Amino acid sequence: MHSILFIVFLPLIAAIVAGFANKSFGMTLPKVVTTGALFVSCALSWPVFIGFLAGTSEATVTPVLHFMTSGTFDVSWALRVDALTAVMLVVITSVSALVHLYSWGYMSEEPDQPRFFAYLSLFTFAMLMLVTADNLIQMFFGWEGVGLASYLLIGFWFRKPSANAAAIKAFVVNRVGDLGFMLGIFGTYLVFDTVSIPAILAAAPSMAGSTIGFLWFRADTMTVICLLLFVGAMGKSAQLGLHTWLPDAMEGPTPVSALIHAATMVTAGVFMVCRLSPMFEMSPTAMGFITFIGAATCLFAATVGTTQTDIKRVIAYSTCSQLGYMFFAAGVGAYGAAMFHLFTHAFFKALLFLGAGSVIHAMHHEQDMRFYGGLRKAIPITFWGMLLGTLAITGVGIYGIGGFAGYHSKDAIIEVAWAGGSPVASMVGVFAALLTSFYSWRLMFLTFWGEPRWAASEHIQHALHDAHGHDDHAHDHGHDDAHAHAAHAHGHDDAHHTAPAAEDAGHTPHVEERGFNEIPKGTGGYHPHESPIVMLIPLIVLSIGAVAAGFVFHHWFIDPETAGGFWKGALFFNEHLMHEMHEVPLFVKLSATVVMLTGLLIAYLAYLRSPSTPAKFADTFQPLYRFLLNKWYFDQLYHFLFVRPAFAIGRLLWHRGDEGTIDRFGPNGSAWLVQMGSRVAVRLQTGYVYTYAFVMLIGLTAAITWAIAG
Amino acid sequence: MSFPILSLMLAVPAVAAIACLFLSAQAARVTALAATLIDLALGVVLWTSFDVGGAQWQFVEYAPIFGRFGWALGIDGYALLLIVLSVFLMPICIGASWQAIEKRVPEYMAAFLFTEVLMIGTFAAQDLFLFYIFFEAGLIPMFLIIGIWGGVNRIYASYKFFLYTLLGSLLMFIAMLYMSITADTTSIPVLLNYDFPPQVQTWLWLAFFASFAVKMPMWPVHTWLPDAHVQAPTAGSVILAGVLLKLGGYGFLRFSLPMFPEASASLVWLMFGLSAVAVIYTSLVALVQSDMKKLIAYSSVAHMAIVTIGLFAFNAQGIEGAMMVMLGHGLVSGALFLCVGVIYDRLHTREISRYGGLAINMPRYALLFLLFTMASIGLPGTSNFVGELLSLMGTYQVSTTTALLCTTGIILGAAYMLYLYRRVVFGEIKSEDVRAMSDLTPRELWLLVPIAAAVLWMGVYPESFLAPMRKDTQILLARLDRAKPAGDSQPTPGKGNGGTGIVPAAHAETPAHGSAH
Repeated sequence: MHSILFIVFLPLIAAIVAGFANKSFGMTLPKVVTTGALFVSCALSWPVFIGFLAGTSEATVTPVLHFMTSGTFDVSWALRVDALTAVMLVVITSVSALVHLYSWGYMSEEPDQPRFFAYLSLFTFAMLMLVTADNLIQMFFGWEGVGLASYLLIGFWFRKPSANAAAIKAFVVNRVGDLGFMLGIFGTYLVFDTVSIPAILAAAPSMAGSTIGFLWFRADTMTVICLLLFVGAMGKSAQLGLHTWLPDAMEGPTPVSALIHAATMVTAGVFMVCRLSPMFEMSPTAMGFITFIGAATCLFAATVGTTQTDIKRVIAYSTCSQLGYMFFAAGVGAYGAAMFHLFTHAFFKALLFLGAGSVIHAMHHEQDMRFYGGLRKAIPITFWGMLLGTLAITGVGIYGIGGFAGYHSKDAIIEVAWAGGSPVASMVGVFAALLTSFYSWRLMFLTFWGEPRWAASEHIQHALHDAHGHDDHAHDHGHDDAHAHAAHAHGHDDAHHTAPAAEDAGHTPHVEERGFNEIPKGTGGYHPHESPIVMLIPLIVLSIGAVAAGFVFHHWFIDPETAGGFWKGALFFNEHLMHEMHEVPLFVKLSATVVMLTGLLIAYLAYLRSPSTPAKFADTFQPLYRFLLNKWYFDQLYHFLFVRPAFAIGRLLWHRGDEGTIDRFGPNGSAWLVQMGSRVAVRLQTGYVYTYAFVMLIGLTAAITWAIAG
Repeated sequence: MSFPILSLMLAVPAVAAIACLFLSAQAARVTALAATLIDLALGVVLWTSFDVGGAQWQFVEYAPIFGRFGWALGIDGYALLLIVLSVFLMPICIGASWQAIEKRVPEYMAAFLFTEVLMIGTFAAQDLFLFYIFFEAGLIPMFLIIGIWGGVNRIYASYKFFLYTLLGSLLMFIAMLYMSITADTTSIPVLLNYDFPPQVQTWLWLAFFASFAVKMPMWPVHTWLPDAHVQAPTAGSVILAGVLLKLGGYGFLRFSLPMFPEASASLVWLMFGLSAVAVIYTSLVALVQSDMKKLIAYSSVAHMAIVTIGLFAFNAQGIEGAMMVMLGHGLVSGALFLCVGVIYDRLHTREISRYGGLAINMPRYALLFLLFTMASIGLPGTSNFVGELLSLMGTYQVSTTTALLCTTGIILGAAYMLYLYRRVVFGEIKSEDVRAMSDLTPRELWLLVPIAAAVLWMGVYPESFLAPMRKDTQILLARLDRAKPAGDSQPTPGKGNGGTGIVPAAHAETPAHGSAH
């Protein structure tokens, strides 16, 4: 099974070639190399996955290189492939290959394409290292590697202050999670004397009842370790509290959002919990915490998603919310269901993002849905792709027969949460499903139905009045935004006490109280064009996934009789729980479908039937509306609690600490020293050297005297 | 006695230094470069012929001078690695000064070559007083480099540097005298196994601490470093951050720990406390700096605190991690100072706000600066990650609180370095003189690319660097074992074996993860 070496390292080689390819090679070589490498990786990954589906493959570990040994701490680079890895391999390589292809069209007017493609392939490599890790250190390598790629891609348009701020914010917030991850690794090594994942998982059951000291208290060993590790997962998967970076990450180009911030990287936390599931099973406290955080995030993000007007931000909050589903599934012990949702979500969410990218492309980089409307006819393939994506995410299906991808995976989570003893989480999931349906259809109705409201958009007007016409819009776009934000950012730079990330990353959407309905109608003479074929092929392929992934694969992922044979212990598969899932009351099974229809109905009434409703609603419930629009004020709170104090304390320590205290009473302190200092200073710097040498000389004389005398 | 390679490594730069004083500027440059490259080649020979896992002291040389005073040289794995670091950075320093230094070039080159002699001597000395001479004299060329070729405020900087160093040196010297009289030897290998009474140890430990803490530098005696860096020429900063800051850590490792194990154990709280303060304090201060060199200088103090906690963790990961941080920081902070030097040479300012948008006209520079920035914040795959991971992991076994406080450095480090990078490299170009800046010249690439390669090598295959010091760590740990402090974790053994009810029975049947092995 050495194909895994090619799967993992081809993207790395491609990234290096594309990154260092001389400008004289032009744009095509880097694009061909990276995209080609990814398609090869993808083609090699599916047979691996099919091998596990067929039950013919066994888990393997391919050693690569010794990494380090220090005392009993021993780590090697190695590539582990089991059923869990195989699932991730196909998700990562398939979406990545399609996103590479899509970017040929989406980024075609970008002068910096080699850099973009190199970053994308680098990301894929790091993500593959993460999912093939056989020990926690390699997992951490991939973990931080994807963080680096994410940082670089969010900040790809580096002239834009908001993109830079978002990139830093993503990295730093993730580092907060990584602090937990690192301490979790330290704790694991302390307890198990190894960081090899199989060894830890084998030893974990024996730690039941053990306690450990941490900071000033003692607690259950596995609880401490699992909670620390889970903090890492919270950061990477943007769970409540550490989620603030994900919506801002939408500053990156849309293909990046689809690949990194929807389908793959953000699911790394879920993957980690599943990979270490036998360990998490040892701590009911940690599991309870995961369920709570998952459910809370699921609800929180869905509520915020209902009010956002930027198409990408809606999908970003949707992602955050769907990750919440995965976590509370894991929290109740249904890791198979969590992975199943991860798998289906990758297809339909990548589809939605790439569809949104296609809309943005057609609408000359306008991202505000209030300026869309009536696009159904203008960009039909995009419309159909996004429609299928919406049907998948909202979980359309018929009880007893089957449905779109989300119907199988999300409904399974709601049911298993009920069966797993968390009816509250289950009902939170149902309510979030209502909101999911509402905001998803809201997005669809605002974008594709109704009258065009394009004329009022600045981007569209720019397109219409631009002498250069359509040609260089991607480039102009970067420019424009830089200018738009320049005034905003500049003031800060001058004051130069500015916090890096949050000060301009926490920018609230330009809140205008007028609803979409009051925006003047009209096309303004603008004609949106359907995207080129390279962008449509990925949409079509992903559409197939969004339709069929649930129906085809639930047999292997969650069916109690068959799934155990698929996972083969790659994650902790609780057959008993999955059986009980089928025994839940009928109303639980039907509730998801009912709320899905309800959400659709509300969205229909509010956005198509009587479009003045949303504005009226917002006026009536002003505080609630503002609370949601401002994303529960997390950014403002963090800015106030962490960012500003960090800078203030830094200045205080510098001026009052170093200069005001240490230097004042230290080197500048005693009158004698100052006097001597100024006297010597007059005689030029060499004076010190003489004095110093003199002191040394006295010492040496004494030593030599002693040496001779002794 | 085998071939005296260590003496040769001292002689080559010493002879070249004297020769430089009688040469023209250009000839002095060439001579200095040739001498440092020869030493680099000798360093490679030294490394490849070092017998990993063999005798503790290798390449031993001894020649009596008079009395009991002898020319005693010899190295173990720790010293080997630090010597290799020194000889690796030296040609780069000469290259960095090639055009930047225009006045009194022969003297400048001589000063650098003498620094090299004294650095190698410090790491190779096996005699207490020989060590003292090298250790203290090593600072004299540094005074000169800052004082003569430094910036506007060079007088104040060298004054501060001098004051801090003076007190520590005197105390250490007195302690050394006492030790050699009591133990009746000046041989370091002998002293390493000499047991001083615990009360005496504490005093001796504190005397050494006074010297090493300043060199390190540890909080709160760190304030000389930002000033020294800011005033020093680029190459001066490289050698200061790259090698001179390692003297303190080497001192703790060579003297404080093995010679005074009980005192070290009883003062762990002091080291941990000062280090934890240093990480958070200096990281926050780094966040608000507007001078690039000052920012990197403050970050050095934070990184050195990771060294001191690792050393005093009394376990293999901590000590080897501390060494790896020293090596990694030597490369990375040296490279960062070179990166500052590159743009300083073009615009003659270190003010961060004057730059911006360099990714547009200096893409190669942006890439290398990014690599070193990422290495500085300990991204896995780069040198500093290995060191920080091991050092913090070792610390966690002794004190979870200290480990937690110091690990916050990875968050704060990311914040100040990425903030720096953003302001210098990203954004729009704000002025015409910045737009006119050209990308890296071949000479500058020759300085930065080797360091980049070394940084990645250390990050991907650190085993090359860990192997030579493994034996030394075992010896040191055997010596320290009797004083080893108990950790605060103290995990109790678990009761369960899979059947306690928490673990569902299904798990026990899972053939699972073992199948891969």
